[in-house]
Amino acid sequence: MTTTTIIGLEVHVQLLTNSKIFCGCSSAFNPHQPNVQTCPVCLGLPGSLPVMNRRAFELAVKTALALNCDIAPFTKWDRKQYYYPDLPKGYQISQYDLPFSDDGALEIEVGGEGGGTRKIGIIRAHLEEDAGKNVHDETGRGTDSQVDLNRAGTPLLEIVSQPDLRSPQEAKRYLEELKLLLTYLNVSDCNMQEGSLRCDANVNLHIHQDDGHKVATPIVEIKNLNSFRNVELAIEFEVKRQYEEWEKTGKKMGEVAKETRGWDAARGKTVPQRGKEEASDYRYFPDPDLVPVTVSAELLDSIRATLCEFPADRRERFKGTYGLSDYDARVTVDQGQAFADYFEEVAGLCGDGKQACNWVTQDVLREMNERNLSIGEFPIRAAVLGNLLERIAKKQITIKSAREVFLELLAENPSRRPISSAHIDQIIAEKGLALVTDTGELEGVIAEVVGKNPKAVADFKAGKQAAVGALIGQVMKAVKGADPQTVRTMLVEKLGNP
Amino acid sequence: MSILGATAGELVKRLDRGDVTSIDVTTAYLEAIAAADGKVNAFLHVNRDKALEQARAIDEKRRRGQCVGALGGLPVAIKDVICTQGEPTTCGSRMLERFVPPYDAHVISRLREADAVLIGRTNMDEFAMGSSTENSAYKTTSNPWDLTRTPGGSSGGSAAAVAACMAPLALGSDTGGSIRQPAGFCGVVGMKPTYGRVSRYGLVAYASSLDQIGPFANDVGGAALLLETIAGHDHRDSTSVAAAVPEYSRTVEEPLTGLRIGIAKEHFVSGLDQQVEAAIRNALEVYRSLGAEIKEVSLPHSKYAVAVYYIVAPSEASSNLARYDGVHYGHRAAHFDNMIDMYCASRAEGFGAEVKRRIMLGTYALSAGYYDAYYLKALKVRRLIRNDFDAAFREVDVIASPVAPTPAFKIGELVNDPLAMYLSDIYTISANLAGLPGISIPAGFSQTNLPIGLQLLAPPFEEERLLRAARMFERETDWHRRRPASAPG
Amino acid sequence: MAAQLTPADVLKVAKLARLKLSDAEVGDYTAKLGGILAYVDSLGEVNTDEIEPMVHAVELSNVFRTDEATPSLPREAALSNAPKTDGQFFLVPQILDAE
Repeated sequence: MTTTTIIGLEVHVQLLTNSKIFCGCSSAFNPHQPNVQTCPVCLGLPGSLPVMNRRAFELAVKTALALNCDIAPFTKWDRKQYYYPDLPKGYQISQYDLPFSDDGALEIEVGGEGGGTRKIGIIRAHLEEDAGKNVHDETGRGTDSQVDLNRAGTPLLEIVSQPDLRSPQEAKRYLEELKLLLTYLNVSDCNMQEGSLRCDANVNLHIHQDDGHKVATPIVEIKNLNSFRNVELAIEFEVKRQYEEWEKTGKKMGEVAKETRGWDAARGKTVPQRGKEEASDYRYFPDPDLVPVTVSAELLDSIRATLCEFPADRRERFKGTYGLSDYDARVTVDQGQAFADYFEEVAGLCGDGKQACNWVTQDVLREMNERNLSIGEFPIRAAVLGNLLERIAKKQITIKSAREVFLELLAENPSRRPISSAHIDQIIAEKGLALVTDTGELEGVIAEVVGKNPKAVADFKAGKQAAVGALIGQVMKAVKGADPQTVRTMLVEKLGNP
Repeated sequence: MSILGATAGELVKRLDRGDVTSIDVTTAYLEAIAAADGKVNAFLHVNRDKALEQARAIDEKRRRGQCVGALGGLPVAIKDVICTQGEPTTCGSRMLERFVPPYDAHVISRLREADAVLIGRTNMDEFAMGSSTENSAYKTTSNPWDLTRTPGGSSGGSAAAVAACMAPLALGSDTGGSIRQPAGFCGVVGMKPTYGRVSRYGLVAYASSLDQIGPFANDVGGAALLLETIAGHDHRDSTSVAAAVPEYSRTVEEPLTGLRIGIAKEHFVSGLDQQVEAAIRNALEVYRSLGAEIKEVSLPHSKYAVAVYYIVAPSEASSNLARYDGVHYGHRAAHFDNMIDMYCASRAEGFGAEVKRRIMLGTYALSAGYYDAYYLKALKVRRLIRNDFDAAFREVDVIASPVAPTPAFKIGELVNDPLAMYLSDIYTISANLAGLPGISIPAGFSQTNLPIGLQLLAPPFEEERLLRAARMFERETDWHRRRPASAPG
Repeated sequence: MAAQLTPADVLKVAKLARLKLSDAEVGDYTAKLGGILAYVDSLGEVNTDEIEPMVHAVELSNVFRTDEATPSLPREAALSNAPKTDGQFFLVPQILDAE
């Protein structure tokens, strides 16, 4: 008997607009000053009316295009009706039967190196307004809950995937890829702590019995997933729980109502959560206060023109243009657009993509993490690092010396802020790291070393190739910055081929 | 010449000439309210000091030679459904007994810019749901022509205030006839503009796709003046139309030549009071004498208008009124078990019977399993009703009809028979469903001295045509000059 | 079109509409709403095949506002009509899971 895990994800993303979706209040995250970003419209005061934010609509369409969705030529706004204190109008303005986009896909990489890609279908993406926030009394004394409407009316894009994901890891991978795409598009900051990216998961199992029958377990919706790690953990837990439940009760899909469970991160388990409105009847109907939108070819073209290169395309290009491996391309691109831009600038300046990648994904990333800096805050700008690596390519310094320079640039030294390429010259001079390829200067030293080491010379002449290493070492010790390749060539020439 | 009962146009002229001041005019109307409103009960709230303060400021402006707005110190009464910053806006409901909006409706801003004096808030059926103003949580307004009868509704307070000379102008809102029917019952001019002509921003919603704010006046010119003041595009209302607004108050005096008036055979059927029918036929003769051509048209789906309306309006209302849950504003019950119970108890206490009835009806029509049969079906028939009008207006310029099947009915007469009450809107509802402009003008009196109204409808955005056609009739008749015995002055 | 409206239907709708009804009201609504619905059933006679529903009285499209932040209300104004606040938040009875 084998089982297949069936997962579909519903992701809510706050769009990066200046103002709310239907009014001019700021949509900035502001939990510390409750109820200061409200007006008659987002308070749902009697008599107020919504007007659609053009930018919110355009960002939504931009995202849907990047997700390969079909954009509906005609779309409208519907009221989804339920009662909750964070929903001041008693309905949420959303989209029901005619969402602005549907039928898209997001390609994700699965497995390790060479593991291939999978297309995860997108059922639909639609635009709606966010609710406010309820702050519950956690003391158990039954005191009042608090309602803050700063968030009410923030533009929210809901992206619903097909149940195409087959493991908790794939679900996490899908979310990572989606987040990367959204940040590349600059449509959302995807900050899960601040709630600008939220995720619910629909999970069930297909149990393939030995007699060839397939049984589907009831679908469970898991809410309250506030990190990618928790998505993974919650689904892992749910897979086990559903299998055990099936063994115990034998209940199949359709035999019980769809259940909503919440993820309790502290206890590491999903717990039953009764819905906001049991057996909900949302009584959707077209919002008479808002008018429909027709999307023309011109509008689509103008939005399409704002699309950047997508992460998946960029990875492919990095592999082709810079000769990066799958792994390196992923690490470089998945760190975000600014990081990949940094890499590209360094690679362009030094002319060696692999060298640039090694430095950026190892040295730079390590120092960023240690110092808890973003790439935008990293003190060595791409132009400076490019300049440093260019010197390796031009054989002006060794890789080892370059690392020394790199660390010295990062060292506390107020006179070297901001760091410029001139500082590289300074450090090379101070430390005598310049690569010596001047044969005149080296000839005397080589003659001296050969004279002092008859044993090594004899060994070499007797055919022990390795003996030359010791001689190179001595020359290098005497001349700091001597280019090892030049030294080797000169030594071999002097001693004559064995 | 008396201030009370003068037309808005006359008063504006006298104010402009300096014959009277806004203080004079405002004081006269405040005194009229003090004298007559104890019997009529048209007003819910009169802020005497604030009104006089506005009047004084406008007089001061005039004295300094500053530019004064088109209403130049004229009092305007406001239906208590239009938000006014810092003034209670109750919608005739317990639910909003203590609600004070922190903002002005678009039309209120327009009135302030035009230097109107906001003289008071008028009574109405709760949340504009009703045809008699009996559904107010606060008081029952009487018809100034017969205090035992209703002024119509839901804008009964505004209609009665103008009829009883307690305000020269008033604003109402019309969702199924709520301006035109009380105008007809009270013998004043009332107009529902084309949907989208006047911004709904700040109008507390009953049925969003039908609601429209409009003017009451004691003559067509006054309605033209007030409409001109409030009409025009507002970016805060997505359904507001960006079309140029003609100078109605100037063009209203120009008669129309070759006017083609349609009468729908479906409008002259059983249920129509004979005296009302006679008044309408007389009115048509007046038009004929002015050179108009009377043509029969057909509106085959008009008999479904009431049924369509009583699905569409309650459905939208059930949603629009969901916000009154005792959380962010409005009434909250004193006693409840938990949050859901707080919602249910607050709403049960805050809403009156008719409002609850319509919320129930609308909730049912939108609920799973009934949406297609009721709501969607009604929206399809709604389009057929509109199509009928489009076809008719290819043949005629305006359509004439009664405003209501009978003159004003008795207070209490229909209050326990909602369906019969709904059917009193039979002539007015179609215009809301189709989005058309309509006007009600005085066209006669019953044998018991109750006013009878004539309704004219026109194609969308043809308010100018409507006003000119109405004025042609008014010029030939004196129905609009009659004042009820209960009126002061 | 519709089956006879029952008191159970009325109670179900009242729950959806968040209205607490007395027994007398349940009876009254069952009768009066039933009567109105019976009247509305006349719409069933009309052939509406191929007819688009008419949601708006004036059929506009593509009405947008520019994405500009404008001043919000001061908090005191936002809370001024609330039945219960703590000066910062709207207050509601404790929200239970079941709600």
